[in-house]
Amino acid sequence: MDLSLSEEQEMLKKAAHDFVSEKCPKSFVKQMEQDEKGYSPELWEEMASLGWLGLVFPEKYGGGGMSFLDLSVLLEEMGYACLPAPFLATVVLGGLSIMDIGSEEQKEQYQPKIASGKLILSLALIEPAMEYGPGAIAVEATRDGDSYVISGTKLFVPYANCCDCLLCVTRTSKQKEGITIFIVDTKSSGIKCTVLNTMAHDKLCEVVFDHVRVPKESILGQLDQGWPEVQKIVERGDAAKCCELVGNFQWTLEDTIAYAKERQQFGRPIGSFQALQHYCADIYTYVEGAKLSAYQAAWMLSEGLPCTKEIAVTKLWISEVSSRIFNLAHQIHGAMGVTMEHDLHFYTTRAKSVEFSYGGDNYYREATAKAMGLA
Amino acid sequence: MDFSFSESQKKFRQEVRSFLEHEIKEGLWEPRCDAWIQGYNPEFTKRVAQKGWIGLTWPREYGGQGRNHIDRLILTEEMLRYGAPAACHWFPDRQIGSSILKYGSEEQKREFLPKIMRGEMYVGLGMSETETGSDLASLRTRAVEQDDCFVINGQKTWTSGGRFMNYVSLWARTDTNAPKHRGISEFIIPIDLPGISRIPMIDITGTEAWNDVFFDNVRVPKKYMIGEKNKGFYQVVEQLAYERSGMERLMGNYPLFDALIKFVNETKYNGKPLAQDAVIRHKLAELQVEFEVGRLLIYKVFITMDEGRVPTVEAAMAKAYATAFEQRLANIAMEVLGPYGLLWAGSKYTPFGSIAARSYLASKGYSLQAGSTEILKNIIATRGLGLPVNQ
Repeated sequence: MDLSLSEEQEMLKKAAHDFVSEKCPKSFVKQMEQDEKGYSPELWEEMASLGWLGLVFPEKYGGGGMSFLDLSVLLEEMGYACLPAPFLATVVLGGLSIMDIGSEEQKEQYQPKIASGKLILSLALIEPAMEYGPGAIAVEATRDGDSYVISGTKLFVPYANCCDCLLCVTRTSKQKEGITIFIVDTKSSGIKCTVLNTMAHDKLCEVVFDHVRVPKESILGQLDQGWPEVQKIVERGDAAKCCELVGNFQWTLEDTIAYAKERQQFGRPIGSFQALQHYCADIYTYVEGAKLSAYQAAWMLSEGLPCTKEIAVTKLWISEVSSRIFNLAHQIHGAMGVTMEHDLHFYTTRAKSVEFSYGGDNYYREATAKAMGLA
Repeated sequence: MDFSFSESQKKFRQEVRSFLEHEIKEGLWEPRCDAWIQGYNPEFTKRVAQKGWIGLTWPREYGGQGRNHIDRLILTEEMLRYGAPAACHWFPDRQIGSSILKYGSEEQKREFLPKIMRGEMYVGLGMSETETGSDLASLRTRAVEQDDCFVINGQKTWTSGGRFMNYVSLWARTDTNAPKHRGISEFIIPIDLPGISRIPMIDITGTEAWNDVFFDNVRVPKKYMIGEKNKGFYQVVEQLAYERSGMERLMGNYPLFDALIKFVNETKYNGKPLAQDAVIRHKLAELQVEFEVGRLLIYKVFITMDEGRVPTVEAAMAKAYATAFEQRLANIAMEVLGPYGLLWAGSKYTPFGSIAARSYLASKGYSLQAGSTEILKNIIATRGLGLPVNQ
């Protein structure tokens, strides 16, 4: 057992930290919140040239051949800086899914483009019914000759506004688990995308498919057998999201402690008051738990070990402590923390959205209940 | 990074489990909550000693096994999972031995370590006094040098295992003029010296959990002082990190968690197992999440020790976390059981031997002993996060 990062991972972390500190000041985050695309294509190109976009793909597809754990280190630093970019959507939800279940042709077609920054991807899963499960998938794909015709509405699709392709989860059979994933070109006619106005301005979108015709070759994985694959995509996405949140929490902890040391009231730093010290100790404990559990899940994914339970543990823990951490962090920051002048709101709002991505907590509670042997 | 156990660690865990399962099958003892601190069973301790499982991490030159702390964690984790009666050797194995190793003289190491490893030395902790709780440095028990002895006068309280200890680890004031932290020394004293008497203290569950221990002109040979004179406070602060380090709090009432899962699976309500009630199911799943996170926090403590550092902050965090966990577990068990949870053993209606009721009450003591949650959070904040120390 060893809980430390390797020397290479430490170097990657440091490089990523320096890069996002320089390129992603809070003024940039704010600017991107108002930006139509929500990310900077120039920065995206730089990330591609650093090798980040292809980091986890095998070298034969233009990637860096590194592990999910290496990727986690990057995700943590992106979370630390609130970096606005379709990174997780493209690399984890899109790229790793194609890597995992795509055909050889699909891998050759998509991976090099993702790695070189020429292709942005995302996952269209959730629907207005807001349930998680195969039964809740109502967007239909109907066979018509050599193609399928997709109709219906997807919600909360990350960065659909700037995607080149979407992995769209559809119903292709009346059977409950008759689910198929399609890779859909967003330039196809009949697709309408609207950015939803969320509290983190994090470019979650509504995507309406109105008789969108796609060739049958664009099926990702098996026809009618897509649900187990969706679960793997969702679990991997959540593990990645948790790593991002670890960075978010780390920033919040550091910022809160710094403020508690510096802010004076009654002639002494507020961090010398025991009530606030205990709030800080609680935040620290929650963050440590988040870090250890997220890295455990990331390590297991890296090793190719089954880890639904470990992902459930980190996702449920992070969702639970997220609101506790931000209640305390805001309490310590005082009224400035609830203004737009202070940076804390960037973190508060982004952390909240994790609870609802991607599988939802009920899915993970059930996974945990099963793993612990409940009838 | 590697979250897995090595093959030899897995094998060791299996070996410990087989040993404990065999013991239970033979009817040598029954699994109980908190048996690590209340389960007096010298025969069990001697059998554990024969396996070489006391002093597992100590150097070979003193008869230890020279193994790492993760191995010891695996051992204690399984002892707790099976509710094994390990109280006789728990304290000396966990903290007294390492204190002697670090601060004791060669002669003390040769005298005490083999005795602990043979399972013959049961050590109670003489820290708290009636006026000395969290503020340990304010202790008033006196040790006055006289010829080749220290003469000890005073009273210790909350001494766990006081009923069956044959040695007491004692902190007493050796310099009344020095600042309070700098006038304390550490001793290990045979309990049969003239002038030592004990009376039981009954805890909220009705158990003799602790003793008051009185010292009336007890003449203690100087060879029983551990480490440097007047440095005892600094030595004990380090020892406390080891005291707080373990799985005890997370798993002290593990037999209850086990029994609860079995109960909700087997008990039907409106034709369905209680486990399928959405509220109960979610609460138990959340408990499991907290348990798993706690386990990681504690593994981090042991990895810190294997790196050769004193896990002051890590252990404080783990203990504060785990005592809150065990209180929540016991409360959820009580909620699930309803009024049946109130029954002590003996009633025909008592569900699984009244361990929920015992745990619910006993767990209130553990967020106090070995560093109250407040003291622990002070440590996390000041030592871990660098917030200003309050004087």
